[in-house]
Formats: sequence, C-alpha cells, structure tokens
Amino acid sequence: MTSETNTAARKVRSGVSHTLLIIVAIVFLGPLVYAVSTSLKPADEVFTPAPHLFGSEIRWKNYADAFTFAPFDRYFLNSLLVAVAGTLVVVVASSMSAYAFARLKFRGREQLFVLFLGTLMVPQEVLIVPMYWLMQSLGWVDSYWALILPWAFTAFGTFLLRQFFLTVPAELEEAARVDGCGPFRSFLRIMLPLARPAIAVLTVFTFISFWGSFLWPLIIINSVEDKGTVPLGLAQFVGQQGTQWNLMMAASIMAMIPTVLLVVLLQKHLVRGLLVTGLGGR
Amino acid sequence: MAALNTTVAPTGTPPDRGVRAGRRPALRRDGRYASIFLAPSLVGLALFTLFPTAMALGISLFDWPVFGDRAFRGFGNYSHLLHDPVFRRVVLNTVLFVVLYVPLNVIVSLGLAVWLGPQIRGRQVFRVLFFIPVMTPMVANVMVWRLLFQPGGLIDGGLQSWFGIDAPNFLGSSNWAMPAIVAMSIWQGFGYNFLVFSAAIDQVPQSQLESAQIDGAGPLQRFRYITWPMITPSMFFATTLTLITSFQVFAQPFILTQGGPGVATQTIVMYVYNQGWQFLQMGLASAAGWVLFVIIMGITAIQFVGQKRWVNYDI
Repeated sequence: MTSETNTAARKVRSGVSHTLLIIVAIVFLGPLVYAVSTSLKPADEVFTPAPHLFGSEIRWKNYADAFTFAPFDRYFLNSLLVAVAGTLVVVVASSMSAYAFARLKFRGREQLFVLFLGTLMVPQEVLIVPMYWLMQSLGWVDSYWALILPWAFTAFGTFLLRQFFLTVPAELEEAARVDGCGPFRSFLRIMLPLARPAIAVLTVFTFISFWGSFLWPLIIINSVEDKGTVPLGLAQFVGQQGTQWNLMMAASIMAMIPTVLLVVLLQKHLVRGLLVTGLGGR
Repeated sequence: MAALNTTVAPTGTPPDRGVRAGRRPALRRDGRYASIFLAPSLVGLALFTLFPTAMALGISLFDWPVFGDRAFRGFGNYSHLLHDPVFRRVVLNTVLFVVLYVPLNVIVSLGLAVWLGPQIRGRQVFRVLFFIPVMTPMVANVMVWRLLFQPGGLIDGGLQSWFGIDAPNFLGSSNWAMPAIVAMSIWQGFGYNFLVFSAAIDQVPQSQLESAQIDGAGPLQRFRYITWPMITPSMFFATTLTLITSFQVFAQPFILTQGGPGVATQTIVMYVYNQGWQFLQMGLASAAGWVLFVIIMGITAIQFVGQKRWVNYDI
C-alpha cells in the first residue's frame, strides 16, 4: 500500500466514523429534542399525524402555564428546600466521620469502617417499610423531616471524603498539632479547605440524588399539593385522561435544567469523583 | 455500593501512618475526639439503616397491617410469596428486565467507548452528553418516553408518515411493554458505564496498540489481547453495579405502564410498593423487600466469586 492510498483510506474511514457519530448523537438526543419541541407547541398540535419540529407558533407561555396548571412553583420550592437541607446534613456528617476514619486513632476503627461500608449493601427497598413505620412512630409522616433525614446518613459520603483525606500528607497536620492545634481546629482549618474539590463532588451528587428521588416521597407524602417534590408533581399526571403533554414536557424540561447545568459546569470534577467511588446516590 | 470499589478504585489507599504500639495516651485522647466526630453519622446510620434493616426482617415475620392488630406468622409471609402467582410473575418480570437490560447496556456503552476512543476529537462532549439523562430526574426522563411511545407520539407518527405503517401500542401490548421499558432504561442509563469504560480505555497505552497494528493485528485482535485484559476491573465494577441497580427497577414501569398490561411489567419493587401502600400489608411488603435483598446479595457474591476467572488486576 502506498502512503497516498493509506491516507485516502484513513480519510474515508474517519468520514464514515464521524457520520455514524452524528447519527448516534441524533438518535440519543431525539427524545430530548422532541420533549423541548413539544413543550413549545400549542396543546392541540402535540399529536399531529406527521412529526414536526415546530408547531404553528413557538409558545414560550407553556412554561409559565405549567405553574398554573399544577402548583409547580410549590414543587420546585419543596424540592429545593429538601435537596439543600439534605445535602447540608450529608456533607457535615460525612466530613466529620471521614476525618475520624482517616486521621484519628481509636480502637475498633477498621471494624467500624467495614460496618459503615456494609450499610451500603442494603437497598433502599428493604428499608422503606420499617422506615415508614419509624416515621409513623415519630409523627413524621407527610413532613419535610421525613423527606430530609432518613436518607441523609449514607456511608457513601464518608467513604468518598475519607479516600480524599488519606491523600493529604500527614505532615501538614502533625506540624499544626505540634503548634498546639487540636483535632477540631485542624479539621476546620486544614482538612476542610483542602478537601474542597471532594466536597464539591459529594455536594453535587447528593443534591442530584435528592432532587430526583421518587420512591420515598411517593410513599411518605400524602398532601402532594402542599409538600410534594418535583418528581411527585410530574407523576401526578400519569394515567389522567387528556394530559396536557405540552405543559408536562415544559415541567419535565424545567426539572432537568438544574441537574444539566451542574453536570455541564462541573464535568471534570464529576468524572474524577465518579471514578474514585462510584455513584452512591439513592 | 461504593463498597465494591475498594478493590478497583484507581487511587490506592496509602499506608496508614503512625499507628504504633507505645502511643497509648494519644490513642485514648483521639478516642474521645473520634466519638464526637463520629456521633452524627453513627447515630444516623444506626437509626436510619441498621435498625430498619433488622426491623424489616422482624416485620416480615408478622401479619402487619398499617392499621389494626398485628399477629406473628413466622415464615408465613414468605410461603405466601412463594405461592402467590403475582409474586412469581413479578420475579420473572424483574429477571427478564435484568437479562435484557444488563447485557444491552454493557454492549452499547462498551461499544461506544471503544469506538469513541482517544483518537476521536471532542469525545469529552459525548461523555457529558450521554451522562445527562443519568443525572436528570428519572421521572422527568420517563415522562418524555411516555409521550414518545404514545399512539400518535414521535415513534408512531414517524412510522406512519414515513413508512405508512402503524406502530404497535408499545405500552399497552404485553409483547412490547417490556422491550419499551428496557429501551428507555438503556437510553437513560448507559452514559454511566460509557464514562467508566472510556476512562479505562484511556489508560491503555497507545504505543502498544500501535505496535500491535504494525505487527498486523486487526482491530478485534487488538481489542481482545490488549484492551480487554486492561479493562476487566472496570468491566467487573460496571457489571456488578448495573446488575444490582437493575434489580431495583421501579420508576420506569411505574410511570410507563403501571406494571401493565395486567401484571406483565410489574417488578419486585413495584410489588413491595403495592403490598405496602395499596393493600397496606406491611408484613408481605417487607418479606418481598428481603427477598430482593437476598437476590442482590446472591448476585453480588456470584460476581465476586466469578471474578477470579476473568478479572485481571495485575496490569
């Protein structure tokens, strides 16, 4: 083979490859594009005989109408409250225990850590029945507490941050300790600032898993109009006749936007965090 | 789930420093601090994970209606499940979902990861793109696909206007409902494994692949003898995690088909939900939850035992 035919063949192959790539991207993006396109159509044009990207008008008003059709403003506020509060609890509790496992010496440390990791084996589906009973006993059924606290203590965050703390050179802290800095100050002043990238990863994953959580809110929230989260609000319309699909798609797109933004903005950190620990969300 | 990764995490745990005999006083002093640092997590995990796990086993031995009197039934709930035709069907449905979903997910994500190798420019864009549905709320994704599968939706409308044929009523047909759920789930979930595989493929040295190519090895041979052995740890991690999560499938059938037609697409978790919060039989729900837990533990154990045959940690 001469070098000329070689380059020609390579060019053809890369051309084919790129064409196929574009096809894959289109097939993959199809559903999302369709959702956006439907969210901008008038209601009576959702099911036209032939699929059209655009309706007779681009109806941005659908996005505003979604909020009056169902109390989506309420759902968004509830989701935001639950996700932010839950994430806060997760980050505080996990960073503290991670520090203990990474830096403090105490008897039974390894065994306790194995126990922590063991709790990751238990699927949420096993826990929901006794958890519901526990919430009944605490009087927390249909409350924000029930949405926030039960899943805010997973060993995932402890594991992720411990792995990070272990990579911090011990000399840094030892020097501080010699200068009379106790564990609390060294945790707050040295470890936490250093761990900012790892904490960012944990924050995003936790926020996203609270934001998308569905099974537990479905079980524990009765007054959906009052304490419902976004996924619950979306699911309300399943099985209803004459669903307003254009408004539903507008609401679905809005539910996706915060997480899409987080993924796009923090892509590099996420990839790294993901590969170190796996996705432990619930 | 992260427990699985301790074996495959790319960053190793550095050796422990300073734990030596003869430092007793430090040990005691640290112990007091440790209990303070550990308190929130310990209390939380004990109250919201350890206690409920044991409690789930306890409840599963009772006739435990949400309201009204409870009665000890021993293994009555489990034998009820064993003989309940709906539960049997539900287990079969879940296994069918897993058997279809896991291999297809791995094939799609591995295939794309190999194809979109380091030689492709702009692959970072694909990583982010494919990862989006993994992170967006599942319910929102499923709503989109519900519209897609609707008679008159994109698939039906497209087939009619371009080929003049009617699409089947995907979600209402007992033949098509499960494949529809699997298709939706793959679209939603493969981005995660794609990311895992493409990061593993990045680690394969290009020089080895190139010299193999010069020696006349074709793409399949290069994959089989160079790439594959180096990505088996990621493969093990991805298949185990995908297996576990696919047994827990819930939102997709719940919203796409409500388990129908009949119980054709009802899954184990849907059964737990229905028993507990539609029929208010917490004992049965808890027993079904434990059956799921045992299945998941069994699968994980098989994976870990089986890995010795094919997973290569030496490289």
